[in-house]
Amino acid sequence: MSDLDLQNKKVAAFASTETIDGEIATLNLGPTHPATHGIFQNVLKVDGERILSAEQTVGYIHRAFEKLAERRPYNQITPITDRLNYCSSPINNMGWHMTVEKLIGAEMPKRVDYMRVIVMELARIADHLVCNSVIGVDTGALTGFTYMFQEREKIYDIYEEICGARLTTNVGRIGGFDRDFNKEFITKLRAFIKEFPKKFDEFGSMLERNRIFMDRTIGAGPISAERALSYSFAGPNLRAAGVDYDVRVMKPYSSYQDFDFEIPVGNDGDTYDRFIVRQREIKESLKIIEQALENMPQGAYHADIPSFYLPPKEEVYSSMEALIYHFKIIMGETPIPQGEVYHSVEGGNGELGYYLVSDGGRTPYRLHFRRPCFIYYQAYPEMITGSMLSDAILTMSSMNVIAGELDA
Amino acid sequence: MSDFASNINESILQNFPNVTHVLDNYGDHNYFIDKVDIHGVVEFLKNEGFIYLTDLTGSHYPDKENTEFQVVYHIHNLVQNVRFRLKVDLSQNDTHIPTVTDLFAGANWMERETFDFFGIIFDGHPNLTRILNVEDMDYHPMKKEYALEDETRTDKDDTFFGR
Repeated sequence: MSDLDLQNKKVAAFASTETIDGEIATLNLGPTHPATHGIFQNVLKVDGERILSAEQTVGYIHRAFEKLAERRPYNQITPITDRLNYCSSPINNMGWHMTVEKLIGAEMPKRVDYMRVIVMELARIADHLVCNSVIGVDTGALTGFTYMFQEREKIYDIYEEICGARLTTNVGRIGGFDRDFNKEFITKLRAFIKEFPKKFDEFGSMLERNRIFMDRTIGAGPISAERALSYSFAGPNLRAAGVDYDVRVMKPYSSYQDFDFEIPVGNDGDTYDRFIVRQREIKESLKIIEQALENMPQGAYHADIPSFYLPPKEEVYSSMEALIYHFKIIMGETPIPQGEVYHSVEGGNGELGYYLVSDGGRTPYRLHFRRPCFIYYQAYPEMITGSMLSDAILTMSSMNVIAGELDA
Repeated sequence: MSDFASNINESILQNFPNVTHVLDNYGDHNYFIDKVDIHGVVEFLKNEGFIYLTDLTGSHYPDKENTEFQVVYHIHNLVQNVRFRLKVDLSQNDTHIPTVTDLFAGANWMERETFDFFGIIFDGHPNLTRILNVEDMDYHPMKKEYALEDETRTDKDDTFFGR
């Protein structure tokens, strides 16, 4: 054992047993604090810089989405889902479309599946980029963040070509897409695939094997696989703890079984592992996008379900049938089967589930969002108790807690 | 139904005679369970490898007499990749149900959310308080009797919209 290791051990032993100044102070971390990246309040009991206990308050931006959804026709619920995890809105949109398609029993053409996969994986890259570059910021490396946010801008430019929006995308429709990918989209996407890896590797080489960064993040906010499962962790946070649960593989949706990709898995469930798992996932997502683009099937960009998918506008003005369908869809008069479904997709933060109960009415009878953030954020006090205050900040940013998804 | 799922299904129905099993049109396994059995069933499933509590939520059906409330669990066996949906019907006169927080740490906030929005009381929960709504709220907003918009509003007429 080297001197440095010995010294580290001594420090760790001191920090976990000795009181620092014997005086316990109460510290409000949040609700609005630059380091929390959102509206989260934690009332911490601290002894010096060591955290003895934490108590969370959530619900600051609760917007009653589940209640709102009970009054909106199915196609009007998509904009609500945008505002769950707003770092990866397209995944939320697609998840909702697929839930309704499962309820009505609609089959999508292969082309729609592949288009969806491209958009969803772009969203995953954007989501992970935000999280990882912000971990950099919280450890004191602001530069990587500025470069990675330029790359995220490019992804938003690509979104703009397919749906016209950037952050709250509302992309696609129940039954496919509202338009096909245009030429500009393909050009921008190909340019992104070509240029992004180089810049991303530069970002990676700045942090991944950086001694200061590693010392700072290894062992910060760890959780064991057993506890993570008990807390129903999902996504990169669960995989960092060593459990290879990924909805894309376990319950493949949107033709994910056609693609060749790996699920990166960590070991210790600490901040460093969460960072690395996200880094690797970005690479895998790029791989999936490339495959989907290369093997893009020909065909229609929407399913043939006239009672749910809006007809082209020209036909609405000239054909009786199209006008009737258009009217019925807009007014929410489409017959929806009774039943209940649970559908989940792998969101930026893990299993994003939709539990939908339909009584045959124009709106859902009950809609519940299984929001991964809400479920795993409750483990936060357990993860930071006994650690230093600065590690608590890192733990929160590496868990990627998004206020919109937390509070719904 | 896979071999594993049918084996588990048989032993649930054997150990808990009041449980009924329905395989719905979407291929999901639904179990209707009495509230006295729910903790036992969840514990039994956990020991059989259902170690992942995917979701826990509630629903309100004011027209169904004596079963106005329903608590819905989704529980997943990650090794066999089998997911079950467990349902417990509750009467609005007695909305108590045993907690599963002793089996799943993650059930804590899910149960608090269900309490917050539906008023279902989870007996044995360590801290059953409101979570997303303000503490001094005196009703449970996801119940069907609370309309989304103020019913006395006159400036907005949507009589002709929808059914």
